[in-house]
Amino acid sequence: MKNKKIEKVENWLDERYDLSPIRNLIQHKKVPVHGHSIWYYMGGISLFLFMIQVFTGLLLLMYYIPGEDSAYESVQFIITKVDFGWLIRNLHSWSANLMVFFIFIHMFSVFFTNSFRKPRELTWVTGFFLLLLAMGFGFSGYLLPWNELAFFATKVGTDIVAVVPFIGDSLKVILRGGEDVTGATLSRFFGLHVAFLPAIFTTLLVIHLFFVQRQGMSEPEEFEKLTEDQKKYIPFFPNFVLQDALLWIIVLIVLLSLTLFFPWELGLKADALASAPIGIKPEWYFMFMFETLKLLPANIWFIEGEAVGIFAFTIAGLIWMLIPFINFSKKKDLNNKIVRWIGIFSLLYMIAFTIKGYL
Amino acid sequence: MDKKNLLNICSFIFLFSAISLFAVTSNDAPKSSTYEDECINCHIENDIMPEHFSKSDIHWQNGLSCAGCHGGNPNETDEEKAMSISNGYVGVPDKKEIPQFCGKCHSDLEEMQLFQPRIPTDQVSQYYVSTHGKQLKLGNMDVATCTDCHTTHDILPASDTRSTTYAINIPNTCDNCHGNSELMSKYNLESIQVAEYSKSVHGIALLEKLDVGAPACNDCHGNHGASPPGVISISHVCGSCHVNNMNYFNNSTKAVEFSDMDIKGCEQCHGKHLIHKTNDEMISVGEASTCTECHSEGDDGYIAAELIYGKLKKLSSLYDSTKVVSEKVNIMGMNNIEIEYSLKNIRQNLIQSRTLIHTFDTSQVFEKTNEGILASYGALKLADNEIAEYFNRRLGYGVAIFILILLAATLYWKIRSL
Repeated sequence: MKNKKIEKVENWLDERYDLSPIRNLIQHKKVPVHGHSIWYYMGGISLFLFMIQVFTGLLLLMYYIPGEDSAYESVQFIITKVDFGWLIRNLHSWSANLMVFFIFIHMFSVFFTNSFRKPRELTWVTGFFLLLLAMGFGFSGYLLPWNELAFFATKVGTDIVAVVPFIGDSLKVILRGGEDVTGATLSRFFGLHVAFLPAIFTTLLVIHLFFVQRQGMSEPEEFEKLTEDQKKYIPFFPNFVLQDALLWIIVLIVLLSLTLFFPWELGLKADALASAPIGIKPEWYFMFMFETLKLLPANIWFIEGEAVGIFAFTIAGLIWMLIPFINFSKKKDLNNKIVRWIGIFSLLYMIAFTIKGYL
Repeated sequence: MDKKNLLNICSFIFLFSAISLFAVTSNDAPKSSTYEDECINCHIENDIMPEHFSKSDIHWQNGLSCAGCHGGNPNETDEEKAMSISNGYVGVPDKKEIPQFCGKCHSDLEEMQLFQPRIPTDQVSQYYVSTHGKQLKLGNMDVATCTDCHTTHDILPASDTRSTTYAINIPNTCDNCHGNSELMSKYNLESIQVAEYSKSVHGIALLEKLDVGAPACNDCHGNHGASPPGVISISHVCGSCHVNNMNYFNNSTKAVEFSDMDIKGCEQCHGKHLIHKTNDEMISVGEASTCTECHSEGDDGYIAAELIYGKLKKLSSLYDSTKVVSEKVNIMGMNNIEIEYSLKNIRQNLIQSRTLIHTFDTSQVFEKTNEGILASYGALKLADNEIAEYFNRRLGYGVAIFILILLAATLYWKIRSL
């Protein structure tokens, strides 16, 4: 009886929208099974956390009031007075951090399994932009509760932009909405966080997912070398989807535990006239860059140290983004080796400098 | 060159010129520390400089040399002529003459205004109203005059931490005479005032905590017009800082009764030099009670003291338990913002209740204590809610995790069976 009703709806939709591509995907898409299959799930977890972000973000929007005199108070109201407000705010903060964490894992797993290579160059590039946007979400969202730590961290963060030659000062003014971090900065960070970034992120995410579905799962070279008989696959539906769901539930359990046992502190309200508190730190995913810039001397040659640092990170970021298009050597093996070492160096550098920031 | 740059350069030149001009002016001014005249030269040469002479002395610093006070001609090299009566030499004044000696300048407003526009010039007239001054007039040479407190040739402004009249040093300055039992016994006076004071709440604040806002001897007894406060003036003396207590007391029925019975207002309960930090036991009917010094069991005052003490104790213990609970809520990671806000109000109620004791009106005290007690109950209820919420959250978490684990197990089983 029920199946007949579903069938009826399906037929109704099929008649109008031709559901064969979706049917094909469900019926025919296969996922390779091998030693590195676990990495296939990282993108899905990032997507799940993004969905939590959207859901909790929308709920927070119902009570959050941007503004110097209202932002902090409204967040305080959310976590103390609104039913389950504490849960939603903590879920939003924790899932944001976990999302960036899983995007990083997803990116490095794609990198080390060589999945970014032809024909998935654009999937890699869109993914890279999604990471940058996620970091943008983090940076803009950090300021929104308008608390002391976030205020001064934003001040330091936006100050760094000023060292970019020629356009640095103008960039800083554009970012801050004036010379200093004020209510105007809060307004534009709010705008960025809830409108501008979500619009671009969602568009890029759709493109990214479209590429993934269109090209299917990447198969590692060792897997490709196997004979057809040796290759093992599982159907995308329902096997892979169910496994994905299982992992999502596990992530949700971790997320709920973090939310309850390690609530995100609100701290003191930002006061522009107060002296900067001890322990101003950026979000952990900016820490490796922050630490690097701190270590650089005031001047390298005749250029400002921080400017050199930012220039180096920009170049490194560009190389990282364009790595599917770069051939370091004509010999494929050597090229793979160089790329692998670049990856290892980048990963170790980021881990080491992040740890250093917290020591 | 644009207008802005031109303006900047002009401003710089102007500022530079102003600084240079100021520097020249400053250099041209006579520096007292290098000031020389024949008095100084001769006294140094013969090694007969006055006792305790210091170049930090405020008069020396302001260019007033020996002749400024002692007369004579400071430019005359001949000793006889320099210190001759014809040259206005007055020499070392007798103790009895010292107030007028200093008053030559210090009572002259026109003279003193040159140094400080708001400087008082009534020290000498105040002094003669003081017990010290009155006794000096009678020829008593034991009393303090200007130099006993301010020194002779090492006089520093009262704001200087080295000065004998700096707030923290004043008890010691007074103690030089008032701590001398031999001298005081001649006049039937105690010599333990400063010893007592240093153990008092005021003395501890001033001498141990170095809180210069705390009263020293002069803040209650006056400076130059120092005298023991009378019965009526005591509440005014204490009330110059404890304003509310004074107003409540003066408007109470007890003010007249105390005065009629020759009982000293504040001193009767709090003491004079050895004033301890107040506590609620003082208003009780127990051993530390001050009320039972006059009231006995069964009379109205005794009953009032019992009732007030009971209420204060209740509010005080409620305040303490609310504070503990608020801390507990905070440690639990729950919201204690409103509880903390209530705590501030409860504390205020407690302070106000204790102050209102000076009205000797139980209804006024109870109005405030009841306000605090109600606020405490409210805050404790808030704390209870937060603690309950803390456990509810854990319960909710447990249920949610149980369902999620069940779901995960089902999924796992389903995946295995595929």
